[in-house]
Amino acid sequence: MLRMASSFPEEVLEHVFSFIYDDKDRNAISMVCKSWYEIERWCRRRIFVGNCYAVSPPMVIRRFPEVRSVELKGKPHFADFNLVPEGWGGYVYPWIAAMATAYPWLEEIRLKRMVVTDEALELIAKSFKNFKVLVLSSCEGFSTDGLAAIAANCRNLKELDLRESEVDDLSGHWLSHFPDSYTSLVSLNISCLGSEVSFSALERLVGRCPNLRTLRLNRAVPLDRLANILCRAPQLVELGTGTYSAELQPDVFSSLAGAFSGCKELRSLSGFWDAVPGYLPAIYPICPSLTSLNLSYATIQSTDLTKLVSQCQSLQRLWVLDYIEDIGLEALAAFCKDLRELRVFPSEPFAQEPNVSLTEQGLVSVSEGCPKLHSVLYFCRQMTNDALATIARNRPNMTRFRLCIIEPRAPDYITLQPLDDGFGAIVEHCKDLQRLSMAGLLTDRVFEHIGNHAKKLEMLSVAFAGDSDLGLHHVLSGCENLRKLEIRDCPFGDKALLVNAAKLETMRSLWMSSCSVSFGACKLLGQKIPRLNVEVMDERGPPGSRPESCPVEKLYIYRTVAGPRFDMPGFVWTMDEDSALRLS
Amino acid sequence: MEGGVVYENDLNLKATELRLGLPGTERNEEQPVSCTRNNKRPLPETRDQDGGTKAKYDAPHADPDTPHAPKAQIVGWPPIRSYRKNSLQQPKQTEAESAGMYVKVSMDGAPYLRKIDLKVYKGYPELLKALENMFKFTIGEYSEREGYKGSEYAPTYEDKDGDWMLVGDVPWDMFMSSCKRMRVMKGSEARGLGCGA
Repeated sequence: MLRMASSFPEEVLEHVFSFIYDDKDRNAISMVCKSWYEIERWCRRRIFVGNCYAVSPPMVIRRFPEVRSVELKGKPHFADFNLVPEGWGGYVYPWIAAMATAYPWLEEIRLKRMVVTDEALELIAKSFKNFKVLVLSSCEGFSTDGLAAIAANCRNLKELDLRESEVDDLSGHWLSHFPDSYTSLVSLNISCLGSEVSFSALERLVGRCPNLRTLRLNRAVPLDRLANILCRAPQLVELGTGTYSAELQPDVFSSLAGAFSGCKELRSLSGFWDAVPGYLPAIYPICPSLTSLNLSYATIQSTDLTKLVSQCQSLQRLWVLDYIEDIGLEALAAFCKDLRELRVFPSEPFAQEPNVSLTEQGLVSVSEGCPKLHSVLYFCRQMTNDALATIARNRPNMTRFRLCIIEPRAPDYITLQPLDDGFGAIVEHCKDLQRLSMAGLLTDRVFEHIGNHAKKLEMLSVAFAGDSDLGLHHVLSGCENLRKLEIRDCPFGDKALLVNAAKLETMRSLWMSSCSVSFGACKLLGQKIPRLNVEVMDERGPPGSRPESCPVEKLYIYRTVAGPRFDMPGFVWTMDEDSALRLS
Repeated sequence: MEGGVVYENDLNLKATELRLGLPGTERNEEQPVSCTRNNKRPLPETRDQDGGTKAKYDAPHADPDTPHAPKAQIVGWPPIRSYRKNSLQQPKQTEAESAGMYVKVSMDGAPYLRKIDLKVYKGYPELLKALENMFKFTIGEYSEREGYKGSEYAPTYEDKDGDWMLVGDVPWDMFMSSCKRMRVMKGSEARGLGCGA
């Protein structure tokens, strides 16, 4: 075997490896033997770092010297819900600085939940001559000045996607920094920006970029400018409108409808802020070919929503507000047989009483009618075990199932029992389930079901559930493929964690907040398991100032080969061998 | 990983009711988890009603006779991203469509108008109290027959039809959805208003 491996010239192996893109496959190749490791590391072009603190920039650069594309993720997922305090970390600048010298030919940077400063953007703009793709997903820390630097300097930029980032929006002027000679734009997503960009600059930009296929506008683009933009880009495949609201005027309507009809390639629509029903028919001509529709900002009611989705027979993905109601979901089930993904968001998340007639029945209907449905995010106000069991039996192909019942610890509203059996049915029937988010009243039993059945589960989110450490123990000991576990407000303490400490090194991360894990247990974990960073977050002051048995506010544990980090704010402490000294 | 670790201050814990002793120790599950609570964060009322970790399911917490206490908002719940929450709360473009959220309030004799958000109030008593505080006056007693007695002032509002109505005549929800703006009338004009006048 060794003789065979060394008898292949490197170039041949490298050529073979160039057809392997998947990270896991690449990792597997690199473990075959030392020479394959060497060859592979020189020709790996794309790296994905799921937790930016799991490894350091120098370590990455040392192993992979010729990278063209980098993807990094920073803050824990619960940062999306304001559970991670400001200043926690996730700074991208050190990565950019290191890569600026090491990877002059870097082409793509994709970041999620990271802090990106204008300095970082300016450094990107001037360091990478062939820079092509910048995706900033749920990032923050930068302003439109940083965007101006990118626009002005990145001659070969193809993709600029700011999805859901928090941008210090100083003005819309940055867009005008794209020089007139710049024509390579393929994808632009500015939907998160508040201020107006110059419409004429936008129109000219769109008009001179023949390869533009994705354009997601922001709310500030009024409806009466949309037709002009569309007419300049009839080749668009994905469009996000601006505000979809205006006084009903026949000429505005007809030019809009005409513009939409002209976009024969359009497959994905989003935007629709403040949508008025009167303008919806403008998109009817293209509805039959739509595969993706995001109406989650559209405050239109179920009658209009029903009429709309009934025409979208090719729909694969629908994001919508609960205005769609059960009746609209029944229509979805009847007409959209190719549906793969459904997300229903709450229109009034803080209201005590339901404002719409959206119940468990809607989800049951879709699960019955849509055989390819495998990804669900559903906010509702009531659920039953029966409904969950029906959904599970209907859709054993479910891979992502996230349910949120607005009221924490809500039981089955008919039997008043916990929803243990319902979720038990989900994990039992849906053998390929990768992601699960649970809701309602749940005891340790549901965790027993999960530990016994959810063998492919990679990510689990738990809130206000369980009775004791046994619950956590079931999950940690039973879920072989678990990578990410996030828990809030559950009575889980030290026992399960300490007994399953070794499991933590096989996972990307564990988040626990408002639980019952003691400071002492955190210290123990940090000391005993070297390749874990055990970070305690406590805004009450140093954990050492309270008894060791006192529970910590928040705990974030992640595996790392980079050791403890040093960019933590004052309310985060790392538990490791030294911490005992530092904190005493 | 056996708990061969000895924690000091075990007795102190009992005395101070700060729980969470050794891993492996038998503890009853009934202990309150109150020391986990940071007094900065409002607790959901239901957690206290449950009495901590153990819940008896023959008497589930959703007891229809026990109304939930007015809920403190739980941090990060429901799990919706801020940009989504913010976009839902964007004020509507026109006053007419805002159907009783922010309305202008004028007071006879006051130099400038104020604006109040009707959604903040749960009913008439709160609203009238707020007006009293805002403009430093007293509203009289409301009665269906005689309007507001005992003061020179009468709170009025303009409804969707453009008519000026006395505040308090219709159910609160109806008032909220039909009130376009308010005016606190004073003097003889005020005395003219009232059912049957």
